[in-house]
Amino acid sequence: MKVPILKLGDILLTSIQEDLTDQDAVDFQNDALCKVRTSEVMGLVVDITALDVVDSFMARVINETANMVRLLGAEVVVCGMQPSVALTLIEMGRELLGVETALNLELGVEKLRSLIEKRQS
Amino acid sequence: MMKEIIGLQQQTDIIQARKIGREMAKTLGFGSADQTRLATAISEITRNAIQYGRGGHCAISGYSDRNERKISISVEDRGPGIPDIDKAMEDGYTTGHGLGAGLPGARRLMHEFHIESGSGGTKVVMGMKQKNF
Repeated sequence: MKVPILKLGDILLTSIQEDLTDQDAVDFQNDALCKVRTSEVMGLVVDITALDVVDSFMARVINETANMVRLLGAEVVVCGMQPSVALTLIEMGRELLGVETALNLELGVEKLRSLIEKRQS
Repeated sequence: MMKEIIGLQQQTDIIQARKIGREMAKTLGFGSADQTRLATAISEITRNAIQYGRGGHCAISGYSDRNERKISISVEDRGPGIPDIDKAMEDGYTTGHGLGAGLPGARRLMHEFHIESGSGGTKVVMGMKQKNF
């Protein structure tokens, strides 16, 4: 399963629409990094509305991806986390530490824009 | 009584196991938070079985009667076993490349959690139950 990553002006939009295997998740991480680099965007929004399970592996991949993209010089916002996923992650003792989040895609794009502005100023 | 057995050989079996677990929990009347807790715990334990335990199988069984509803998961692998279970249950301890969050995380999500491990493999049995009113 390849996760499509779309370019919208100076940002990238991606929505994980189905359960990813561990390999799919690692491939997604690589694709996201390469796409940020080659399309020279300022940020990436990752929509996880459709994910009904985020286990410790997936949490780590999301967390790492965000940190890697920031190292490249762009910003990341994760949006749309299901309430029961947030509940489970905190109970497990695994937070998506250091990741910027937003309630939904619209607010995610808004937040990303303000993060990009902050970085540029 | 409902029962399903899923073979654990490849990564897609992890997804299959947690889908079946969630479905059964839903059918038995568990709420969406419990369905997610259960699916996540299954994901952690079945991944261990595939990654470190050379595969095995996952049995999911459940029932609902006048008093309670209960769902039980049993995951057995054919791996080399865990040398120090107490250590493996600690947060952040890992011999692989993970976060060391799988076992302790799954234990926190479930009501019952037992693990036994020897040279013939590792077996994790965990369960979630609720009173029926």
